[in-house]
Amino acid sequence: MTTRIRLCHLYPDQLNIYADRGNIAVLRSRAERRGYELELIGVGVGEALAPECDLIYLGGGQDREQALIAPDLAARADEISAALEQGAALLAVCGGYQLLGRGYRDRTGVEMPGAGVLPLETVAGEGRMIGDVSIECELDPGEMLTVVGFENHGGRTLLDPGAVPLGRVVHGFGNDGESGFEGCRLGKAIGTYLHGPLLPRNPWLADWLLGQALARSLGEPPELETLDDELEYQAHAVALGRARERGGKFR
Amino acid sequence: MRVPLVISTLVARAVGIVSRLSGKGGGTTLPGRVLNALDPGASARLARRLKQGSAVISATNGKTTSAAMTAAILASRFRLAGNPAGANLSSGVATALLHTRGADLGLFEVDEAALPRVAEALQPRALCLGNLFRDQLDRYGELELLAERWRGVVAGLAPDSTLIVNEDDPQLAQLARGREGVIRFGIEDARHGGPLPHAADARYCSACGVAYDYELAYVGHLGVYSCPGCGFSRSKPHIWAEAITIDGLTGSDFRLHLPDETLSVKLGLPGLYNVYNALAAAALSFALGANAEEIAGGLESTEAVFGRSERIEIGEKNLLLLLIKNPTGANEVVRTIVAGGTPKTLVIALNDRIADGQDVSWIWDVDFEPLLGGLERLIASGGRAAELALRFKYAGFPESQIEVVPAPAEALDRGLELTDAIGELVICPTYTAMLELQGVLAERGHADRYWQRAARAREESGLPRKPARKPK
Repeated sequence: MTTRIRLCHLYPDQLNIYADRGNIAVLRSRAERRGYELELIGVGVGEALAPECDLIYLGGGQDREQALIAPDLAARADEISAALEQGAALLAVCGGYQLLGRGYRDRTGVEMPGAGVLPLETVAGEGRMIGDVSIECELDPGEMLTVVGFENHGGRTLLDPGAVPLGRVVHGFGNDGESGFEGCRLGKAIGTYLHGPLLPRNPWLADWLLGQALARSLGEPPELETLDDELEYQAHAVALGRARERGGKFR
Repeated sequence: MRVPLVISTLVARAVGIVSRLSGKGGGTTLPGRVLNALDPGASARLARRLKQGSAVISATNGKTTSAAMTAAILASRFRLAGNPAGANLSSGVATALLHTRGADLGLFEVDEAALPRVAEALQPRALCLGNLFRDQLDRYGELELLAERWRGVVAGLAPDSTLIVNEDDPQLAQLARGREGVIRFGIEDARHGGPLPHAADARYCSACGVAYDYELAYVGHLGVYSCPGCGFSRSKPHIWAEAITIDGLTGSDFRLHLPDETLSVKLGLPGLYNVYNALAAAALSFALGANAEEIAGGLESTEAVFGRSERIEIGEKNLLLLLIKNPTGANEVVRTIVAGGTPKTLVIALNDRIADGQDVSWIWDVDFEPLLGGLERLIASGGRAAELALRFKYAGFPESQIEVVPAPAEALDRGLELTDAIGELVICPTYTAMLELQGVLAERGHADRYWQRAARAREESGLPRKPARKPK
C-alpha cells in the first residue's frame, strides 16, 4: 500500500499571494516521484484541520486578506499545536509566518492577534524589507544548507529569547534586518519570510519537509530517492547570485 | 532661486540630444529627470501651455496600446503631444512635455504608481482608468495601497474633468461611485466569460470586505460581480462591446455601443484584452469629443506597439512578440496563443530587473498549463531562465523538451532554427527582455530602434513634422 501524505493547506483562497501553489506543486511532484501519494486538503475559515494531518501549509496574503483570516487562525492555536504534537510538519511563509506568532502590531499600536504557535511576535517597521535573500540553516545536526528566496515585508519579527531561527542571514534582511536571524524553527515546524516561491529552488528543503511529514506515520523520515535536480540547482545558483548582488538593500 | 523655465527646458533638451548622440538611449526619460530636478514645477507649467489640456490613461495592463489607439482616433481632431515610447513615469511625461511645440492636446499613458504625481502636474481634463491587477509586488506594494492612492487622484480631479472607468473592474467602479462626470465602459458578452481564475485579485469588496459573487469573469477579475455584503454591484456601462468574435492571433471584431449609436469594429490586435484596450480608447476619445466614425477608423488602423502582439518579418519567417509582465496579462497571452493554435516551439524570456519585477514568483501564478497540450519545445530564456524552466517542469512538461538559453539573442536564433521555413515564431518576453530583443532586431536590421519608432508614432499621431531643411 502506498503511504499517503495528507497536506492541509490553510486558507488557500486568502493566503496565496507569493505563488504558494508553486510550493505545493513541488511537494506533490517530489512525493509522487518517490511513490508517495499526496492528498491536498484546502482548509478555509471555520473548517477543521483534517485528522491525521502530516503537513500543514500556510502562505502569504495581502493585508486585507490577512485581516479576514486572522481571527479564525488565532482561534486555531490548540488545533495546530495538537497536530504538531501528533507529529505533523508545518511550513508557513510570509504572512502565514507572522500570524503563527503571537500577533502583529501595526504602527498605530493596534494588535492583530496571531495563533501563538511559534515563539515570536511581529511589529510594523519603517520601510519594507524587499529583496533577494540567502540564509544558511542546519535542519539536521551537522548538515549546513543554503536556502535562497525573496522577501517583502514591512513587519519586523522578533524571536523570543531561546527561540531557534530557521537560519542565519548571509545576504538580505531576514526577520528584522538586525538580528541576523531568518525565520523560526520549532521542531518540525518552519516559518520563514522567504518566498519566490521557496521550494522549487531549494529542493533539499522540500525533501526535508516531506521526510518529516512521512515520519508521522512511518516513525522516522524515510530515505528519499535522489532526483535529477539539475534545473533546480541552476535556479538556486542564479537566485544565490542575486542575493549576493542586491540582497538586503532599502530602496 | 528658481531656475527660469526657459533655462531648465533648454538644459533638459540638450541632455536629450547628448543622450541620443552618445547612443546610450533614446533620450525618453533623462531630459525629464533633469527638468524635474532643476524645477519640480516645470511639468505643471509646461502642461498649461497645451491649449486643449491633457488626457491621461493609467492601468496595470494595456496602457501603451490604449494610448496608441486613442492617439489614432484623435489624430484628425487634435495635434497631440504624448509619450508613445512608453516612458510613463514622471520623468517620461516631463520629457514629452519638452516636445509639445505645435501640439494642443497632451495624451499620456502613466504608470499606475506615478499617477498621483503626474495627475497633480497635468490636471487632466479626462482621466481613463483601465484596470488594476496584481503586478510587481516588490515595486508597488500591495494592490490595496495602489487603489487607495488612485482614490486620492480621483478626489483631486477638477469637478469639470471627466473620469472614465472600466466598470468591469470592481475597484475602479467603486472609485467612480458618487462622482458626476463619469463614463463607464465594459464588455457585455457572456459567451466570453468564465469562472474567476487563480490569479484573480479583487476578490473582496473594497467597501465592506465580503467576497464578491462573480456571475462571470472576462479577464482576471474583470467581469460581472456583486457584493452580497453591501449590495454594491456592476452597473450597466455607457459604452460597451458585444457580439465579440476573437480571430486567434490575428484580431477580433465586435459591436461597439456608444451612448447614441452602434458601430462594427474590426480590430487588428488579438485577444479579449485588446477589446478592453479598444473600449478604454473609445470611451476616452468619446469624452474628448470624437465621433463614431473617428472612433471606428482609429481603432481599426491601430497597429501593435513595441512588442505588444507585434509582428516582425525575418526573411521568410515571422516573429510575433507578446509582452508578458504579470499573471493576468500573461494568462491572456496564453489564452490568445492557445486560441490561435499552440505553436510547437515557444520562447519565453524572463528577466528580473526593476522594470520586470525583481521578484519572479508571479510566473507561478500564471496558468501556463493550457499550452502543454500542443507545445513540443520550450526555450526558456532571460536572466531567470532556469526558474521559468522549473515552472514548466513542475507543471508536468517533460524536462527533455525544455532548453535553457539565457541570452535572448541566442534564444531567438534557436527558436528561428526550430521554426518552419515560412512559419511564425512566438516569443513572450518580459519588459526588459523585450527591449533586449528589440535591440538585437534593430542591430540586425529587422526593425528600427524603439525611440525611432516612437518618433514616427509621434508624427503619425498628428504632431507636425519639423519642416525638412531645404537643400542648399
